[in-house]
Amino acid sequence: MKTAVKSEAKSAGKAAGKAGRAVRAPGGLSVRLDVRALTVVVLLLLAALAASVVLIGTGDFPITAGDVLRTLGGDGNAGQEFIVNELRLPRVLVGLLVGASLGLGGALFQALSRNPLGSPDILGLGQGATAGALVVIVLFSGNAAQVTVGALVGGLATGLAIYLLAWKRGVHGYRLVLVGIGMSAIMTAVNGYLLTKADLVDAARAVVWMTGSLSGRDWAQVWPMLALCAVLVPLVLAHARGLRMMEMGDDVSYALGVRVERVRLLLMLAAVLLTAAATAAAGPVSFVALTAPQLARRLTRSPGPNLLPSLCMGATLLVTADWVSQRVFGADQMPVGVVTGVLGGVYLLWLLVTERRAGRI
Amino acid sequence: MSAGSSRESLSSGPNNGLNNRRSTVNRLSADNVTLAYDQRVIAEQLSVEIPDNSFTVIVGPNACGKSTLLRALSRMLKPSQGRVLLDGQVIQSMPAKKVARTLGLLPQSSIAPDGITVADLVGRGRYPHQGILRQWSTEDERVVQESMEQTGVAELADRYVDELSGGQRQRVWIAMALAQQTPLLLLDEPTTYLDIQHQIDVLDLCAELHEEQGRTLVAVLHDLNHAARYATHLIALRGGQIIAEGAPNDIVTAELVEEVFGLRCQVIDDPETGTPLVVPAARKAREQVKKDQVTKVAATEAS
Repeated sequence: MKTAVKSEAKSAGKAAGKAGRAVRAPGGLSVRLDVRALTVVVLLLLAALAASVVLIGTGDFPITAGDVLRTLGGDGNAGQEFIVNELRLPRVLVGLLVGASLGLGGALFQALSRNPLGSPDILGLGQGATAGALVVIVLFSGNAAQVTVGALVGGLATGLAIYLLAWKRGVHGYRLVLVGIGMSAIMTAVNGYLLTKADLVDAARAVVWMTGSLSGRDWAQVWPMLALCAVLVPLVLAHARGLRMMEMGDDVSYALGVRVERVRLLLMLAAVLLTAAATAAAGPVSFVALTAPQLARRLTRSPGPNLLPSLCMGATLLVTADWVSQRVFGADQMPVGVVTGVLGGVYLLWLLVTERRAGRI
Repeated sequence: MSAGSSRESLSSGPNNGLNNRRSTVNRLSADNVTLAYDQRVIAEQLSVEIPDNSFTVIVGPNACGKSTLLRALSRMLKPSQGRVLLDGQVIQSMPAKKVARTLGLLPQSSIAPDGITVADLVGRGRYPHQGILRQWSTEDERVVQESMEQTGVAELADRYVDELSGGQRQRVWIAMALAQQTPLLLLDEPTTYLDIQHQIDVLDLCAELHEEQGRTLVAVLHDLNHAARYATHLIALRGGQIIAEGAPNDIVTAELVEEVFGLRCQVIDDPETGTPLVVPAARKAREQVKKDQVTKVAATEAS
């Protein structure tokens, strides 16, 4: 209190601190912009688009970046048009959408559980979706569309089970993570059992699906993913401010007027849907949901859930990983999930070590 | 401090509160509430009035339900029976943000997000005044600056909260609650885990907020002497029931302390402020009394 006068002059006009600049319009309109986070989003988007163009040009028939852009603009020759628009563009779009969904879903789960380990990979949502898909492949020998539905149902059922088991006067961080780890173990066991029941053809198909792959994805996968993202992303972003408050604990955010349980249920549902849909479209691409939010956070250096940067980071990561897997191992030789798994595994080890050093686990 | 207590003690002196309860309409009150966690009942049929413009302190032994009462008053805990009224309305039925503009709470446990600065954290107190199209007005900026100055953390504005000492951190959290600009402010054990200097520091700050800005403060405190020194209205709880309420000068007696805390003591005038000062009886004196009681009981049983 005594020091207040002294510091007044120094800190006047700096009240906004590091959170960013406020943009105000007459009529009481004011929007808060975190310049650094915005820059990160724009750069990541550019990176994702650049990687997409390169990826479209990669394959058995290489196409230069210039030709890719020309073809996308509707100005290419017939052969290129077929390869770009029918074969490679949908695959890249599925990659972008899956990466974005996983990045956003991961950021939501990590913010809701207040724990960097609270991501869908660790919580067993991927395994749950896999179980759903395996049931369809092994027990019913279903087609691709049915496998997708199976994965979606499996993911949603797992998410619901985790929420109900972790519910004890509200859902809390550690409970959620621990219940999720248990759920993940159960689902892994179920998947193992289903695989041993399968005949050779089904088992091979199941294993490829389980690694997470983008090969052979077409427009039929693009539209549902796009529709889902178009609904869920704005809904999630509209609740981002409440989620930001919830970082400070349930009591503080409730005292500030956030309807904690409602926001949590809604955002968790959105996160489960995003993750399950992404898994249904591309298989359980591992570790993108775990790493994207943390990498985004290190770039923006801002507290808070970093939803939009995580989304862009997820898309960039997945498309880049797909390009690496095609480039290094030849077209469709190596599913993208292997690359993200290797990169993400290294990251997880590093995360565990640093978290341990910081005394958080 | 003690000067401001005369008005409250008139309207709600010790144990005669029931008769006056309906005559004065206070902004915050609990009406016959039963408070329970799951099946564990903490308090039954408890009625409490928080006098407007008071610095009310709730005291009592561990597990007497004081924090639970505060949680109920701040709508963190829904009473299983009865109701909590804020400005004449049932608090649970009011819009969340509207309550948050009237009543602030500083809970015991709060988490400072990783890598957040002081100014950012204090700024989050503005949430109930903001909307998706009104995220950061000049008013927000002014109030945040003012709140930081009142709590003496303005010069720490750009520091990271994790780097601060416990006392500074508590001031930052209080600044955040102030930025909420609520006429009523509830604090759950704001001095716990602080050393004596910072405890007094935080209590001085609370007294200032009460006296100079006319805010109504409700705090749960562990230290009876701090409570007696700073409160204008004291509520003594035991086993989920109000044993006494009123101005500390009127209600804090050796008998009350023994009844509420089960501790034999003397109550003398605080040489600094003239408020009641509780001095626990020496160990030997207390043991003597216990022995006397035992022999007395033995004697009556024998006869």
